[in-house]
Amino acid sequence: MTEPAPILALDGITKTFPGVKALSDVSLSLFPGQVTALVGENGAGKSTVVKILTGIYQPTEGRILVDGAETRFPTAQAAADAGITAIHQETVLFDELSVAENIFLGHAPRGRFGLIDWPELMRKARALLDEIGAEIDPSHKLKDLGIANKHLVAIARALSIDARVVIMDEPTAALSHKEIQELYALVEQLKAQGKAILFISHKFDEIFRIADNFTVFRDGQFVGEGKIADVTNDTLVKMMVGRDVSHVFPDRTPVFGDTVLEVSGYDHPTEFADIAFSLKKGEILGFYGLVGAGRSELMQALFGITRPTRGEIRIDGQTTLIHSPADAVAAGIVYVPEDRGKQGAITALPIFQNVTLPSISRTSRRGFLRLAEEFKLAREYTERLDLRAASLDTNVENLSGGNQQKVVIAKWLATRPKVIILDEPTKGIDIGSKAAVHEFMAELAAEGLAVIMVSSEIPEVLGMSDRILVMREGRIVAEVSGDDRTPETLVRHAAGISEG
Amino acid sequence: MMKRLATSREAILFGAILVLLALIATRFPAFVAPSNLAGVFNDTSPLILLALGQMVVILTKCIDLSVAANLALTGMVVAMINVAAPGVPVPVIVTVAVLLGTLMGAFNGLLVWLLSIPPIVVTLGTMTIYRGIIFLLSEGKWVNAHEMSPAFKAFPRTQFLGLPVLSWVAIVAVIAFYVLMTRTTLGRAIYAVGGNPHAAVYTGINVGRTQFWAYTISGALAGLTGYLWVSRYAVAYVDIAGGFELTVVAACVIGGISIVGGVGTVIGALLGALFLGVINNALPVIDISPFWQMAISGAAIIVAIAFNAQASKTKGRVILKSAEHAA
Repeated sequence: MTEPAPILALDGITKTFPGVKALSDVSLSLFPGQVTALVGENGAGKSTVVKILTGIYQPTEGRILVDGAETRFPTAQAAADAGITAIHQETVLFDELSVAENIFLGHAPRGRFGLIDWPELMRKARALLDEIGAEIDPSHKLKDLGIANKHLVAIARALSIDARVVIMDEPTAALSHKEIQELYALVEQLKAQGKAILFISHKFDEIFRIADNFTVFRDGQFVGEGKIADVTNDTLVKMMVGRDVSHVFPDRTPVFGDTVLEVSGYDHPTEFADIAFSLKKGEILGFYGLVGAGRSELMQALFGITRPTRGEIRIDGQTTLIHSPADAVAAGIVYVPEDRGKQGAITALPIFQNVTLPSISRTSRRGFLRLAEEFKLAREYTERLDLRAASLDTNVENLSGGNQQKVVIAKWLATRPKVIILDEPTKGIDIGSKAAVHEFMAELAAEGLAVIMVSSEIPEVLGMSDRILVMREGRIVAEVSGDDRTPETLVRHAAGISEG
Repeated sequence: MMKRLATSREAILFGAILVLLALIATRFPAFVAPSNLAGVFNDTSPLILLALGQMVVILTKCIDLSVAANLALTGMVVAMINVAAPGVPVPVIVTVAVLLGTLMGAFNGLLVWLLSIPPIVVTLGTMTIYRGIIFLLSEGKWVNAHEMSPAFKAFPRTQFLGLPVLSWVAIVAVIAFYVLMTRTTLGRAIYAVGGNPHAAVYTGINVGRTQFWAYTISGALAGLTGYLWVSRYAVAYVDIAGGFELTVVAACVIGGISIVGGVGTVIGALLGALFLGVINNALPVIDISPFWQMAISGAAIIVAIAFNAQASKTKGRVILKSAEHAA
């Protein structure tokens, strides 16, 4: 069988952001009537590729080929004109507009004087929805639809521009089993029409179910490609995770003390269920899972940001009620969030003020600040973290990512906690700072602090944790320790691959 | 480093005011005579007071459009009290004014905090309500100079150490607010809430309550200014200080108070108010038409905002190992 020519190909694409390389020399080919699965861990560069294909980002280097001819997509419109359409992870639609308007926004049929031809708009929208078997009234407002139907509208929108290439970015993430089956049928239909499909998914069962080809990215680099028929689960997992461990993790001989935290029967209406685990002094407990598995949501509930429906938290054997972050801090639980910029530091304030903020009752008297106390506390903890800055008066916004992370950690340590929750503690920081954070985590555990580490980086989870809990779809699906601690086991549990 | 930049931003504004004064002096030397400058400061004092309150509100990512209406209502109430009971001593009048203003500010704050109504909508609403109440109370009539008691009118003009009391009130307020913003936990919380509300929540700060206090403080200052204004100009009517809330916001913006919150200083607010005060006092003197005055004030605002707009280029995520060293 001769291979058809690709409709769309990326050749040697590199994308750099100021100071950061998101993609390095990657290639990707999409063939008519075939589904290509793009596989990679969180942060492998999949979303960046989608944005380049849809004209949202411009590649720094490399070529985009449509039917073998080099092209550029300076705008999203240019990509749409070339017949490329994407159905995004989070659907980008407009709640207040009707279904029909959502489908045809930007290319609505025009009547006289360039005004929108409403009867034609409705007619075409209905035809499209019929084509994909969606029973949706095109005149309804989008906000009245459920998630699954919104997704169908997004698909109809994608098809409305007469696409030749359809990109589906985790299309089944929000769908039920039945809806997923319908989506598969739709994909088959698109294939039969000769469209090329790029299918991004973390779920291996569906990749093997519907994809013809695969391309694997890792850390922004191209790892390999081929026919799905030629590979097994294991090979694909190995390609995804098999990387050189870039630095050595601290050597620990953990000494566990008494159980400090016990969580049982912890439920949230939408985000997680049946959570139960315990944590000892001196232990590092890793939480692994895919993005959206509910790990951060669980941690936010433990920290009092959101309210669970039921469940019990015991600290040092005492049942403790946590209704607000202030309660959590008082009970000795602190949370270093993942998104430093949004939830971590107050970047317009200097280092010392950030460090003392949660401990301000200790560095003030009757509402008046005691600057000497503040500087003392801030100096103590920034020095422990080896934070280098010209002065503690430096605003946090002028620090590097690694140092910002240290400020956030210092601020929480200054509250003298019992349990510290680190959410993706080394995400987006340089290797040197990473090693420092890991060293420090080991030190904390050695001092008897109980550490919960949420991480999506497999080497980090394996290298740092004493025990690993894997979450999938809001539940703890596995506890991994001892000899089971391999990248393959983690990925398999996280992605829900049944057979070994 | 940012702090140095911020102080240098204030230094630049201070320099701009000096250049402005020098330019005016070339055409009208008497303007820069100490006695005249003291007069300009006294004239600008109400603006300084209101700008301090507005600054606190803006720092928490809110805005208070009701300050001028609060001022006018408080002014009318105390003027009517004075007419009805001329014997009520000035300290009582001042206390009533501050309490009334505080109450109106707290009302704004409660709506923002407990009902989560967007601040601009809340204060647009209360602005109209407060103005409406003045009309109901006064039935549209003016309270004129001859109806007010001499003591009532004299207070802001009373000389003390060479300056009128009005000026002293502004000076004391600037010092008090400097301490509030740099030396108290409330001041710190105000910066934290505006700088990053999400992070503030994670640190255990109650964002809504902090905003409530900011409005309450702004209201208290508006109430105080209400009495000072009415007694100084010796008149009270429905439309007193009409549209002045925008001048107050302008003073803050010119002074480098970030309209998105979290950034700004007391000195900045003071200089912003003084800058507008100098322009408003000097332009008529050097015979520039009122239309040009408005255009010049407007241009100053835009220049100030353009100056303050910091290039906030978002960096991409570090994904490549090799790029992490470069980052």
